[in-house]
Amino acid sequence: MWSIISVALYLILGPVVGGLLAGFDRKISARLQGRQGPPLLQPFYDLFKLFSKQSVVVNNVQDFLVCGFLVFIVFTGGLFFSGGDLLLVFFALTLAGIFFMMSACSANSPYSAMGAQRELMQMMAYEPMVLLTAIGFYKSTGSFAVSDIIHSSVSNIAYLPGIFIGFLFILAIKFRKSPFDLSTSHHAHQEMVKGLTTELSGNILALVELSHWYENAFLLGVVGLFIINSNWWSFLIAVPVCIIAYFMEILVDNTFPRVKWEVMLKSTWLVTLVAGVINLMILSFIK
Amino acid sequence: MVLFMLNVSKSPWLLHYDGSSCNGCDIEVLACLTPIYDVERFGVINTGNPKHADIFLITGGINKQNEPVVRQIYEQMPNPKVVVAVGICACNGGIFKECYNILGGVDTVLPVDIYVPGCAARPEAIIDGVVKAVALLDEKRRVRKEEARQ
Repeated sequence: MWSIISVALYLILGPVVGGLLAGFDRKISARLQGRQGPPLLQPFYDLFKLFSKQSVVVNNVQDFLVCGFLVFIVFTGGLFFSGGDLLLVFFALTLAGIFFMMSACSANSPYSAMGAQRELMQMMAYEPMVLLTAIGFYKSTGSFAVSDIIHSSVSNIAYLPGIFIGFLFILAIKFRKSPFDLSTSHHAHQEMVKGLTTELSGNILALVELSHWYENAFLLGVVGLFIINSNWWSFLIAVPVCIIAYFMEILVDNTFPRVKWEVMLKSTWLVTLVAGVINLMILSFIK
Repeated sequence: MVLFMLNVSKSPWLLHYDGSSCNGCDIEVLACLTPIYDVERFGVINTGNPKHADIFLITGGINKQNEPVVRQIYEQMPNPKVVVAVGICACNGGIFKECYNILGGVDTVLPVDIYVPGCAARPEAIIDGVVKAVALLDEKRRVRKEEARQ
């Protein structure tokens, strides 16, 4: 019963939360740069505007692939918030990412193609850490199911501090923020025109925005999963932790420049190795 | 309330292109993004991708070489779109009007909606022009919807 309510809440509130996160991101970034910044609801205005624009469709496949991206992101978040298997959740997330990357490959544009290649490098960089996160939760609670993890007696961050740090590190890649916004980034930070989203316009681009909002809401949910335990007041601690994590991402976004893919790959794998693997090894001794 | 949110004018994304400008107007356009003028508070984003843009901001005159380029960028932009010619060179060729290579202002190639004169155009004038262009965008979208209905 609760799982149906959670999924329904995610379906309806997910884009609202994601859009507000994007709005806060732009406002806080502007204030950090000494500017006024757009209104908080600006991402929603952007979304509605994109829905009202003409869609310049490049080929038949691209729209289908972007819709696949949206469907699998919603499936990922829905499965997660209904208490499903965490490993399946992360695999669905990867599949959604593949759909997005393929929509860029399908366009005959050098910018899209380069963006797709960089997106593959990004996936190669963060996948080990994501899988280690799922394995860490399994080792710490004995189950992959989110519904079991949220009922553990102690917050899992006590057993998984290294994995928590590693997950926050790769969150910069998933949120598409500097220093790891190689394949496509927010609006003004372009490099190869817009990378992955170069050939998308109108309502298809709006669907990509929507998918990113669902994805961000889901990712913050995973951050909260580290904190939530069987006590009801752990929710009250998880929400500020998620907000602080998101604020740190905004701060890092404004402080660091974009790096080359070699630096991203090496630094991410180094953090995965040091923080993630050592955490797992210590956990194997304890449990 | 919902209709208010659906306006294109709430989120005008612009594409800044340098035709053959001396870069004076381009620097002023980029100055609009700095904290003193900050056009992002109107929701304006300087996107480099014509497929994402609503407003085509051109500086500099048109010559034989960039005429097909400018036309191609304009055709890549989805409707509704407006063209803003920034600086006197984009309006009618400016001080380079008599040159052998300059065909004239942007209106020799594209239908220009807003002219922002000046050499270089001041950021205040550019913002004024963009705000007028944004109001035009709403008008164009309304006309497009009515035509689609008929």
